[in-house]
Amino acid sequence: MSSGVAVWFPIGVMIVGSAVVVGTMVSINRLLGPRGRDSAVKSEAFECGNPPSGGAWGRFSVRFYLTAILFLLFDVELVFLYPWAVALRDLGMFGFVEALVFIAVLAVGLIYAWRRGALDWT
Amino acid sequence: MPLWLFAFFAIIAVVSALGVILQRHPVHCLLALALALLDIGALFIGLGAEALGFLQIIIYVGAIMVLFLFVIWLLNLQREGLATERIGLKVIGTLAAAALGAELCALLVHAGPAPAAPLPVDYGSLRSLARLLFANYLVAFEVTSALLLAAMVGAIGLARRIPGTNAVAAPPSDVADRLRSAAG
Amino acid sequence: MQAWLDSLIARGAFGPHPSPDLIYGAAIAIACALVLFLVAVPFASIVTWVERRVWARIQSRIGPNRVGPNGFLQWLADGFKHICKEDVVPAEADAPLFRLAPYLVVLAFILPWAVMPFASSLILADLNIGILYITAVPALTVIGILMAGWASNNKWSLIGGIRSAAQIISYEIPAGLAIFPVVLMTGTLSMQGIIRAQGWAPDRWFLFANPFCFVAAVILFISGLAENNRTPFDLPEAESELVAGFATEYSSMRYLFFFMAEWGNMFIAAAIVVTLFLGGWQFPAIVQSPRLMNLLQLATFMLKCLFLVFVSMWIRGTLPRVRIDQMMSLCWKYFVPISFINLLGTAVWVAIFPDGNRFTQWLMLSFGVAVVLLFLARVVAFTRRARMELYFHPTI
Repeated sequence: MSSGVAVWFPIGVMIVGSAVVVGTMVSINRLLGPRGRDSAVKSEAFECGNPPSGGAWGRFSVRFYLTAILFLLFDVELVFLYPWAVALRDLGMFGFVEALVFIAVLAVGLIYAWRRGALDWT
Repeated sequence: MPLWLFAFFAIIAVVSALGVILQRHPVHCLLALALALLDIGALFIGLGAEALGFLQIIIYVGAIMVLFLFVIWLLNLQREGLATERIGLKVIGTLAAAALGAELCALLVHAGPAPAAPLPVDYGSLRSLARLLFANYLVAFEVTSALLLAAMVGAIGLARRIPGTNAVAAPPSDVADRLRSAAG
Repeated sequence: MQAWLDSLIARGAFGPHPSPDLIYGAAIAIACALVLFLVAVPFASIVTWVERRVWARIQSRIGPNRVGPNGFLQWLADGFKHICKEDVVPAEADAPLFRLAPYLVVLAFILPWAVMPFASSLILADLNIGILYITAVPALTVIGILMAGWASNNKWSLIGGIRSAAQIISYEIPAGLAIFPVVLMTGTLSMQGIIRAQGWAPDRWFLFANPFCFVAAVILFISGLAENNRTPFDLPEAESELVAGFATEYSSMRYLFFFMAEWGNMFIAAAIVVTLFLGGWQFPAIVQSPRLMNLLQLATFMLKCLFLVFVSMWIRGTLPRVRIDQMMSLCWKYFVPISFINLLGTAVWVAIFPDGNRFTQWLMLSFGVAVVLLFLARVVAFTRRARMELYFHPTI
């Protein structure tokens, strides 16, 4: 049962099923919901009642970029550690030391980021 | 994986890859790229490399796409006009694409039939991946950590050099543009 | 289930020349639909009523009690109200992406149900890499939320979306690292395999296997709260700051989808903790019938999950919202380093005690029991005082 493509079948059904759920509910909403006329005021962006001042697609703080790149680097590390964790018993002491070096190098990176204030949100 | 399923995923991959290069807005391009990468993950899974497929989705769709989106917003990229001036870039791009196409064609011509022998039992599992990673490719694995460290140091250095880091939010783009035009 | 279908086919229930693949496929599809329509969607809806009642009790209010007995049908009324509202798409918005975003978020809430180990033979897809699958799915949520925030072309939405994404991706690191102690001990990523490695008695749960696992379980639960934007980490939709975060411009059904996904994800987060650390569906083998056994296991699993969901409601009713700098430093300065120490500690532990250590298990269990007893004593003391206040204000 747990071999081949068959085991992925339920996941395919779930993808289609959630599309059906969303589609049905949105169509029922179209049937039941009021279809008022769109006025210029109604369809403008919500800014607490004031007329919107410029679009929202502007520039963003660099901190989000830093967070994202830190996440990316640690995510890559995590992904390397999955095979290690599964096979640690086969790999033995040698495997443990290998991962230790790997983690130690990245721990240096974390300490560096910490010292440079990249983890502060000020 | 049955052929029709492969064809389905392959078509999605090609269409979304076309979407990456044919759309004008960088955010739309990026979402098409996310779809393409997700689809390639599905193809990996269908070909028996389940662990690899999921790692692809976790890293590329989960992390790199988010990073790209943040970078687009950081740089405030907007809808692109037609790039008419950079002829040299176009020529280089065409040449590179032609070279890649030729290489793929050569690969297809020389590729033999699919291996008739059944795959090993734990093909594509994390355990077999671990055997390769921690025995055959040990040096590459350890060098990766140095690479990640270098990337981290580089990113922090870059982010620190951008002025206005300590402000709560960067100035609105139109103000920044006006300042820039006034200054230069 | 396959054996049962085989016996039905052998008895000729599907005609003289049945095609087994078609029958299996149809059975799985029906099972998926049942999980979807009888468990996932109703859970995400009914839990809103439960949560409002629980908060009301915590805050000495009554809560919704008009629609149906004790207000039980409130969730239906809310759903019907939303379905009858107008679906507004702002003029400046990127309409296709605006419409697509809720689907991605709902999809990310539905997909984990396919690998939920409800009982020893009640699982839709028993993947060899179930944990990896569960870890990959939040990627869809992040993309959906960013898409919603950006496509709205509204400042509140974009700030809310980008904050939410930053929060989810940050807490994915400690959540991912907190899984490793269990993977190191079992050497498998299959949900069923991990549950089978535990026992029904609490001393055989991975929660008490060693000190590192205990810390990892706590980190995993808190990261689950943060990943689902639950209080105290609900900054992306902080009403007083960002209106409704990435959902500001959404109305009617599409608005509902975001919150359905959020409430449904509470269950998913609880189920991951239960599977990894709290013994999953493990139940003492007191009956012979496998069907009855599965029902008992299902009840065990659901009760454990619902208890954790209740704890998260409790936290939501009790704790104030944290600031964004506190949230980020909690993740990067506390959880990530502690998780790394946990990871290495567990690796050493597994090397020293390959089959676990009974003494530590009992020690950890008694420590856990002591914590719970101490906590209950405090709760009783506070309740006594609260009852006095209630006596003086009978109208509350």
